[in-house]
Amino acid sequence: MTDQSTAIRANDGLKEAVSEHRSLSRDVWNQFKTHKGALIGGFIFFGILIAVMLGPLIWTIDPTFVDIRSRNQGVSLAHPFGTDQLGRDLLARILQGGRISMAVGLVAMFIAVLLGTAIGVLAGFFSKLDGPLMRFTDLFLSLPLLPLLLVIVTLFREPLSASFGPEGGIFILMVSAIGITSWMQTARVVRSEVLVLKEREFVLAARSIGTPPRRMISRHILPNVISPILVSATLGIANAIITESALSFLGLGFPPDFPTWGRLLFDAIDYMPQYPMWVVFPGLAISLTVLSVNYMGDGLRDALDPRARDR
Amino acid sequence: MSDIVEKDLLTVSDLKIHFPIYKGLFRKKVGDVKAVDGVSFAIQRGETLGLVGESGCGKSTTGRAVLRLYDPTAGSVVFENRDIAALSDSEMRVTRPRMQMIFQDPQACLNPRMTVGSIVAEPLIEHTKLSSEDRKAKVRELLDAVGLNPDFVNRYPHEFSGGQRQRIGIARALALDPDFIVCDEPIAALDVSIQAQVVNLLEDLQRERGLTFLFISHDLSMVRHIADRVAVMYLGKIVELASVSKLYSNPQHPYTQALLSAVPVADPKIEEKRQRVILKGDVPSPSNPPEGCVFCTRCPIAEKKCFTVPPEWRELKPDQFVACHLA
Repeated sequence: MTDQSTAIRANDGLKEAVSEHRSLSRDVWNQFKTHKGALIGGFIFFGILIAVMLGPLIWTIDPTFVDIRSRNQGVSLAHPFGTDQLGRDLLARILQGGRISMAVGLVAMFIAVLLGTAIGVLAGFFSKLDGPLMRFTDLFLSLPLLPLLLVIVTLFREPLSASFGPEGGIFILMVSAIGITSWMQTARVVRSEVLVLKEREFVLAARSIGTPPRRMISRHILPNVISPILVSATLGIANAIITESALSFLGLGFPPDFPTWGRLLFDAIDYMPQYPMWVVFPGLAISLTVLSVNYMGDGLRDALDPRARDR
Repeated sequence: MSDIVEKDLLTVSDLKIHFPIYKGLFRKKVGDVKAVDGVSFAIQRGETLGLVGESGCGKSTTGRAVLRLYDPTAGSVVFENRDIAALSDSEMRVTRPRMQMIFQDPQACLNPRMTVGSIVAEPLIEHTKLSSEDRKAKVRELLDAVGLNPDFVNRYPHEFSGGQRQRIGIARALALDPDFIVCDEPIAALDVSIQAQVVNLLEDLQRERGLTFLFISHDLSMVRHIADRVAVMYLGKIVELASVSKLYSNPQHPYTQALLSAVPVADPKIEEKRQRVILKGDVPSPSNPPEGCVFCTRCPIAEKKCFTVPPEWRELKPDQFVACHLA
C-alpha cells in the first residue's frame, strides 16, 4: 500500500497547489468575479440600492411637495428627471418610490422562497408529506391570483393599517400577499430536485452513517438544491416588484400620494403621449433592477457550484 | 444454516424484502416485487463473504437491508447478538458506527458540494465528540491509510479520478473503525488496473483492522481472489453457498455451473476446451417468480418436480450448501 500511495502522490502534478488553505467564501467570490454579467449586474443593483437608500438624504426635495407653478417641466438642472402634473420632483419620487419597491421586492421574495423551499424540501424528502403538500401547492396554483390579491387587500387593509399605521400596514399586507401567492413554482422545482437527490448514493451513505433527517437536509439536500432556489429567488424579486407595480397600478397598493415605482407608472400612463419621460424613468428603474438581479443570480449559481468553479 | 456458532458476526435468516406494486386509479396494491425472498447466511468475524449473481437478482438489496437502509418485510438480521431489523431508529443510530458501506458508483457516493475533508469527517461529527483539531488529524490519518495525500482535504470530489474517489469512500467507511463493511460492487465502476489497487487496499485494511466484509460483486474472478466463502444469488434467493475452493472447483448448482463456465481462463490450452453452459431465456420477473425452484425455467437439467416443489436448502458436503433437487 505504501508504494501505491507514493505512486499516486508522485503522479499528482498539482501537489504544490494542494496544501494552501481554501475558504469557501473566497472560492465563491473568485468565481463570481469571472462572470462579467454578474459583476455588472451586481454593480448596477447595489448602485440602485445605495441610490434609493441614501438618495433622499442628498436630494432633499420632498417627493410629495406640490409646486404648481413648475409643473410638467422637462429635464432641467433643478429637476433632473423633470416634474409631474402637480409639479412634484420626479427624481425625488423615484428615489423614494425605489425604497418601497426594493423593500417589497426583497422581502416578498424572501417570504416566497422560504415558503417554497420549506414545502418543496419537506414534500420531496418525507414521502408521507408529499401527497398532501403537493395537493396544497396545486390548490394555490389553481387560485386566480389577481382576484385573490384583491380580496386579501380589501379584507386586511383596514385592520393592518389600524395596527401598524397606514404605511407599515400596507407594506406588511403587500409583502405577505405577494409572498404567499408566489411560492408554488419554487416548491415544485425544489421538490423535484430533492426527489432526485434523495436516491443518490451520497444520501444513502449519510443514512448508513446514521445522520438524522434534519442534518441530512441541511448538509446534503439544501446545498445541492441551491441553484434552483437562487434562480427562483432572482426571478422572485423581479416578480414581486412587478406584482407590486400591478397592484399599485390597479390602485390597490400603497395610498395614492405615496410613491412607488408601480404607482409612478400608473400615474404617468394618462400623460404618456405628452410626457413619455414620466413612464420611461420608473420603467427603466424597474427593468434595470430586475435585469441586474437576474444576472447576479446567474453568477451566484455558477459560483456556488464547485464543479463550475474550476472551469 | 442451523448451527449458528458464537463466532458469527452477522447472521441473516430468512430475510425477505418485498416492494409493493400499486396500480390503477385508486393505487390498489396488486402485488410485490420480491427483490429478496428468503435469504439466509452467516458471516464469521474476520472473513469475507462474496455475494455474486446477475443484475437484478437482489444482491445490492440484500446488502442494503443488512445495514437497515431498507426495512425488511420479514426475517431477521442479527449483528453482534442484536436483531437489527427490529431496532428502533435511535437504537439503530448507536449501532451504525459498527457497520459501514462502500458504494458502487464513486461519482454518486460523494456529495459534490462538500470537500473531501468534510466528507470523511461526517461520520466523526455524527458519532464522536472529537475536537475539531483531533478530527482534522484523524481525517488526515484516514486519507493516508487509504493511500491518498492528506493535503487533499480541501478539494472537491470532482477533482479526483474514479479510483481516488473510491478511496475517499473507503476512508469515510473506515472513519468510525467499524467491524463490518458491506462492499456493494466497489470495483464495478473502475478500470481494471484500478480494480486491483482497490481490492488490494481492501485486503490490506482487512488484515490490519480485522474487518469483516460482505463483498457484493458480479465479477467472479475478483470474488475468488478476495472472498473466503461465496454465496450465489438468483432471483432473490441464494442457490449455493460454499467455500471458495469448493465452489470454484466443484460447483453443485446448475446455475453456479453456468456462471462459472462463462469465466474465461488465462490459459489458451484450458480455454480451448472450456465448455460453456449457455442458459436460454431471461430471468423471470421477481414480481412473479416460478412456483417450484426459482431457476427451473432456465435450468438445463430441470425435472418435473423442479417446477412444482421448491428445493430444500441442504448441506450437500461439509461447508457446501445448495438449493437444488438434483445436486
